[in-house]
Amino acid sequence: RFSAVFIFSPKQAEVEETLKRIQTHKGVIGTIVVNAEGIPIRTTLDNSTTVQYAGLLHQLTMKARSTVRDLDPQNDLTFLRIRSKKHEIMVAPDKEYLLIVIQNPSE
Amino acid sequence: MPVAHKTGTVKSKQGSNAQSQKAPAAKTVKAASKKKDEEDGTETGEGDEWMQGKTLIKPLDQLDLTEAELKEEFTRILTANNPHAPQNIVRYSFKERSYKPISSVDQLAVHFVLEGNLLHQDSDEARRQRAKQGLPEEKDTVETAVAEKPETPAAGGEDAGDVEEGGGEERADSVESKAGKKEQKITNQFNFSERASQTLNNPLRERGCQTEPPPRANFSATANQWEIYDVYLEVLQKQEKNKEKAKAVPKKDDDKGKKKMMLVETQSDDITKVAKVAKIIERMVNQNTFDDIAQDFKYFEDASDEYREQEGTLLPLWKFQYDKAKRLSVTALCWNESYKDLFAVGLGSYDFTKQGRGMLVFYSLKNSTFPEYIYPTTSGILCLDIHKHLPYLVAVGFYDGCVAVYNLKEETLQPIYKSTAKSGKHTDPVWQVKWQKDDMDNNHNFFSVSSDGRVVSWTLVKNELVFTDIIKLSLEGAVSEGPEGVQLPIMACGTSFDFHKQIDYLFLVGTEEGKIHKCSKAYSSQFLETYNAHNMAVDAVKWNHFHTKVFISCSSDWTVKIWDHTIKTPMFTFDLNASVGDVAWSPYSSTVFAAVTTDGKVHTFDLSINKYEAICQQPVVAKKKTKLTHIEFNPVYPIIIVGDDRGYVTSLKLSPNLRKKPKEKKGQELPKGPEVEIAKMEKLLSLLREPENSNA
Repeated sequence: RFSAVFIFSPKQAEVEETLKRIQTHKGVIGTIVVNAEGIPIRTTLDNSTTVQYAGLLHQLTMKARSTVRDLDPQNDLTFLRIRSKKHEIMVAPDKEYLLIVIQNPSE
Repeated sequence: MPVAHKTGTVKSKQGSNAQSQKAPAAKTVKAASKKKDEEDGTETGEGDEWMQGKTLIKPLDQLDLTEAELKEEFTRILTANNPHAPQNIVRYSFKERSYKPISSVDQLAVHFVLEGNLLHQDSDEARRQRAKQGLPEEKDTVETAVAEKPETPAAGGEDAGDVEEGGGEERADSVESKAGKKEQKITNQFNFSERASQTLNNPLRERGCQTEPPPRANFSATANQWEIYDVYLEVLQKQEKNKEKAKAVPKKDDDKGKKKMMLVETQSDDITKVAKVAKIIERMVNQNTFDDIAQDFKYFEDASDEYREQEGTLLPLWKFQYDKAKRLSVTALCWNESYKDLFAVGLGSYDFTKQGRGMLVFYSLKNSTFPEYIYPTTSGILCLDIHKHLPYLVAVGFYDGCVAVYNLKEETLQPIYKSTAKSGKHTDPVWQVKWQKDDMDNNHNFFSVSSDGRVVSWTLVKNELVFTDIIKLSLEGAVSEGPEGVQLPIMACGTSFDFHKQIDYLFLVGTEEGKIHKCSKAYSSQFLETYNAHNMAVDAVKWNHFHTKVFISCSSDWTVKIWDHTIKTPMFTFDLNASVGDVAWSPYSSTVFAAVTTDGKVHTFDLSINKYEAICQQPVVAKKKTKLTHIEFNPVYPIIIVGDDRGYVTSLKLSPNLRKKPKEKKGQELPKGPEVEIAKMEKLLSLLREPENSNA
């Protein structure tokens, strides 16, 4: 579904490879890359699920980050794990992006 | 105001007393009044029937009383007390917090109230009213005065009188107005005239103009503590940049170049910015998959060690492998001193016939599926060393005799320095490299030893590698005939070396012939000492981390030997039944060391527990044909990594028995590490030395 990827630099290829490794890792159900506005720019899941995950997790991450920084402004959120009965959602925020991975750890 | 009325005396047969007139009206007894009425009734009845004669007509419901009863005197007292008033009113006293009876109860009974409208003459209200009404009264008085005046000065003439009249009238008017605002204007009594005029009122016109409303935009933001902090940081950074710009001379070309770079970055799909985040996620995903291993690494302590007395075990943890390195064997391992979870693996081949490419790979314990850094090389790597203080500098020795230095911070896959044939590279494989302390010019330098018999020191000067031969290993006594009859000393092949931990210039070199030479950096031609260590090539030579005199050596002749460098014979010798690939001292104890053999086993020894046998002999690789090539202890965690000839690196956790520290006696504090370790070793050595001395 996603448009063609243009590789400009070896660094980009490295990142692409890393993402591919994550996607093919054991137990990983889906991967979503979300930009700063909450719009998913890359995903391996279907559209509706992606939009849902992106919107909800974006807000949650903002809240979590705000909490961490409020407690100590020199601190910052590194990652967020939400473990549920069925699987685990891992969110790693960046200044501009948000990477969401859903994994089933018990597999 | 209650209307005062006289209390009448009750006319009755029974006497009654009336009190003061103004006192509240006394209530008369009903029975008595009733009787009076009846008597009146009877009297009138009597009057009617006067002609007929006096007969008493008794009403039917009249009380029948006896004569005695009729004559009884009842005294009725009229008091000023109000019979309806309550007699025992109780009020709550907050002071005493209880109900207290009131001493006197109000006896006033109001029968009738009528609000009157009479004012006292001198009261405020009366004065005010008089003031209001005073005008018409005064007017009357004044008019009468005016009327009088024209009458009196009749001689003055009518004009005057008229004037005066007019004046009088005016005066009257003025007096009126004056009376209305009494205390204000005191006007001239004689010729006061008030004039008024009305100006022309200009017509009012309304004017307005409408401007275009300024553009509006809605703005909302949160002001958290961290947002404020961020802004402050930004401002600070800008200030610093400005300072730097003010100092530095701007170069136009650079700016253009930078601008181009900027454009390219924004055009790209911004995936590169996800790099760091992607790395974190990969580690998280791996942590999930290998969760049990991570837990074991951190927390598992083999409880069965308590029952095993002296023996210990090695718990396998992660296994590191890289597909592209499958055919290569691990030729070197090194932990990073600053980042305790990062280690370097050098891949190449020991096989003389199968020489090809090599690889330098870095793994982190946090991600066992994929290496952190990968550097492919043209020739197989045989040794590597990471700088103790600069964790990004790695020195590598190759099979083809070159040495290179890699900088992990650089993005290129090429080494920053590489020795060439011109710059003194070795002519034979480089077996060991080691970083040294920075020299006097603060240049980094490292040493290398090779089969060509040279120990070379390489210094990183600006962009070059400058080499200096430190020592040439020559075989004692052996001299070969070179061309033209020149006698050339045959070089020994150095296969390993190690530098003393404290004494900087002292180092040991192991050779292929099985000898170990103790050398000094100062003496380039002579050895300080030579030990006939082994029958085959010395694969590894290592100084003890704690005890300054002890070193260990291992060889393909199946033996591991421990030496005191002052004594020419080994202190301990262990036979491991297979060619020993590598041996390493543990960083936490002076008496613990581990060795790996080609039969896939790891032998762990603790001399303070057992001087003759290994306390743990464990095969760690699945297939029996794999040979273990290298072993390294982690400086911090109780794990070891073992490399084999199939390109795998296995990490193992040491069980508690292998990590025993001397028991502290009760009451004593834990003594400091190194000293204890040294003491431990010394104790062991002294046991060995004494019999020797006694024998000698």
